[in-house]
Amino acid sequence: MSELAIELKGIDKSFGPVHANKNIDLKVRKGTIHGIIGENGAGKSTLMSILYGFYQADKGDIHIGGTKANIKDPSGAIASGIGMVHQHFMLVENFTVLENVMLGAEDSPILNKGIAKARNELKRLEDEYEMEVDPDALIEELPVGIQQRVEILKALFRGAEILILDEPTGVLTPAEADHLFRILGQLKAQGKTVIFITHKLREIMAITDEVSVMRRGEIVATRETAKTSVEELAELMVGRRVLLRVEKGEAKPEGVKLAVRNLTVKDSRGVTMVDNVSFDVRAGEIVGIAGVAGNGQSELLEAISGMRRAVSGSVELNGEDTDATGHRDPAGLRKRGLAHVPEDRHHMGLVLKFEESENSILGYHDDPKYGRAGLLNVDAIRADAQAKIEQYDIRPPNPRLKTANFSGGNQQKIVLAREMERDPIVLIIGQPTRGVDVGAIEFIHRRIIEMRDAGKAILLVSVELDEIRSLADRILVMFAGRVVGERSPETPEGEIGLLMAGVEQKLEAAE
Amino acid sequence: MSAPFAKLPNWAEYGLIPVINLVVAFLISGLVVLFAGENPFKAAYLMVSGAFGSGEGIGYTLYYATNFIFAGLAVAVAFHAGLFNIGVEGQAYVGGIGVAAAALTFDATLPWYLVFVLAVIGGAIMGALWALIPAWLQAYRGSHIVITTIMFNYISYALMLWMLINVYKPLGSMAPQSRTFGPGGEVPKLDWLLAIFGLDNRNSPFNLTFLLALLAAFLVWVLIWRSRLGYEIRTLGFSAGAARYAGIYEKRITIITMLISGGLAGLLAINSIMGDQHRIQQEFVSGAGFVGIAVALMGRSHPIGIVLASILFGMLYQGGAEIAFDMPNISRDMIVVIQGLVILFAGALEHLFRPWVVEAFARARLRSATGTGGA
Repeated sequence: MSELAIELKGIDKSFGPVHANKNIDLKVRKGTIHGIIGENGAGKSTLMSILYGFYQADKGDIHIGGTKANIKDPSGAIASGIGMVHQHFMLVENFTVLENVMLGAEDSPILNKGIAKARNELKRLEDEYEMEVDPDALIEELPVGIQQRVEILKALFRGAEILILDEPTGVLTPAEADHLFRILGQLKAQGKTVIFITHKLREIMAITDEVSVMRRGEIVATRETAKTSVEELAELMVGRRVLLRVEKGEAKPEGVKLAVRNLTVKDSRGVTMVDNVSFDVRAGEIVGIAGVAGNGQSELLEAISGMRRAVSGSVELNGEDTDATGHRDPAGLRKRGLAHVPEDRHHMGLVLKFEESENSILGYHDDPKYGRAGLLNVDAIRADAQAKIEQYDIRPPNPRLKTANFSGGNQQKIVLAREMERDPIVLIIGQPTRGVDVGAIEFIHRRIIEMRDAGKAILLVSVELDEIRSLADRILVMFAGRVVGERSPETPEGEIGLLMAGVEQKLEAAE
Repeated sequence: MSAPFAKLPNWAEYGLIPVINLVVAFLISGLVVLFAGENPFKAAYLMVSGAFGSGEGIGYTLYYATNFIFAGLAVAVAFHAGLFNIGVEGQAYVGGIGVAAAALTFDATLPWYLVFVLAVIGGAIMGALWALIPAWLQAYRGSHIVITTIMFNYISYALMLWMLINVYKPLGSMAPQSRTFGPGGEVPKLDWLLAIFGLDNRNSPFNLTFLLALLAAFLVWVLIWRSRLGYEIRTLGFSAGAARYAGIYEKRITIITMLISGGLAGLLAINSIMGDQHRIQQEFVSGAGFVGIAVALMGRSHPIGIVLASILFGMLYQGGAEIAFDMPNISRDMIVVIQGLVILFAGALEHLFRPWVVEAFARARLRSATGTGGA
């Protein structure tokens, strides 16, 4: 049991002034599942990228199976028996499963021979690890959970003995995540070593044997999972005690401020993403929308905020129609009291190359208080940004710093400050804490509750079921573009999880 | 986390890196001169003294720079919206139609300063209209603006020839060019400006359009960094998603930006037509529109950088002509090679040396930080 699969000695890596990994020592025992947990920016991804050969460490050694390895690039890592399943899959969408598995390991320029061999090998792997996949299915037609399985098979096909999984459950339903955990259990039973990177404490507790906690580029502790607790790990991650549950009082809902009626939205390819959805959000309540990513939540938010034209249906804001199927006018809706914290702050909520102060007016740059006659009053904008920085404790407190140089949590605070300080009537929030460190999550959750208590109507979309359950006063579950049920936040997680997976899957499971 | 493109101090970003690029370009140019059998140091001396050694040399350098400033600004404004306007050459050419129309119509009746204002309006409108068609095609039909603006350059050559022969050519003349303007169509030279520095402009065509170019540079700065429209242009240029989120309409900004870009290009025509030739003739833009791309890249799309880069290219043009004149082994084409090397290193390869500079800075920082205990 004590044989080491991987040993990292004194790994050190800097990107310019950023010291991403500081003198890291890590021992991963063979045949175990080793968790690595830490906030965003703690250096987990950098460390794994060094192990997988994307980056070279400035200092330190990597030992694999007891011998020193010199990993210069990913193919070197593969040769050393390391496989990696990335957060964003590295699959060719319009290739079949078999073609993807073979890619880069074709053996010879003529494919025929390789294909037959690969098919046999794939079959063998599928049987051994109970991972059924149709080798001739196109990737783009497979659900995300299966795509992830293909990634794992790809690594095993290349003879991986050590498998690194980077945030593997972000895109999965609870049921799919359970299946993944069973697969990882199989792999462990066959003597493979798994490194499991996540920021979800519960997953660490559920499947790992040992866990290493990273904070600010250092490994601050390694624990046997059985001998630690969620509270201890959270404290190690943040460096102080963290409140994991959100304290909130009873909601006092009043009049309807946002009324969505029979809304149907198609995406740019013409696929129906939101299918005849109706609901109300009242002043002083938080309505949460739960669901696996890609079930129409994004399109719903875009349609309500005026970014995307709906095919049919209507959206009423504060009792007035917003012409959801007509001219798109996000700026006009903002003026009417609709604030929108978008799901994707990197591509929507912020312009990363702007100075912080420039982002603090995005969408509100027409406001007369930022300048007269088509010109911008830069001093007024910076003063306004400075005030928000202080109020939201955005760090570093410099309105002239490029937004890309702020951490995920602070970037999100820039967006929240901009949208919340407008005193909106309706606030729609997508993924409020995606890629945000634990310390900032606490702050953001508290602000959302404060906004509710101040009488705002809040629509909250998140793929983190825990977050929805702890914040929302009512939960709507979306699946395949439809609202498939409404539940109270006290409903057991399993029940909501089944709804998230869709009724059809539930029937299959019953058979 | 992962920040391979670490930030450099501004002086290194905007000063050191362009200088390194330039030095390398000149070193390689020196080799070219050496292979041609001439002394590179002498060539360098000829270039600098030819461009800055006399009042006339400086006048020529700044005359060329005037063209490049307009072209560079035109390219830069479009860059800020994420649009690559390669059609500045053609837009400047067509802008000449407007400039010539103003001069030919009013040169006998109005004083030069009124004709100048009309020429500014005419040049800007014609340049803007020439940019409008590719802009509309990009915004509403998805035709790529790089392709359409290149094509519109060729169309502009044909259009100009037709205009010269059928509209502007005086009856009975054999040359495809207009008549020479009267006094109202002549923009005054800036002899007095050089005289302040004790320099004699003599025969160079350095004229008032240079000051118009500096004014345009200032207005572009106001537009891009101090106006709401500029904010919207930059938002779109950096992130189409953020623009959509903020309610900034991509089509509208694309069209407006290209109108401004084309308008700036159109102003370029005044420099040659009313400042030098005092008539409209073929090929008066002579590639300045393309140099504008290099100028905008080298000047990092910032008006100050563009003015400086324009003066550098003005020097290459004027000083290069001196070398070709004085060195029998260096032909005019060799000068084009040297200009091309500068464009290559300062424009296309602007990030070639950046990683090394970043590394050197990181190492220096690490050395100074080890004593104090890390970043």
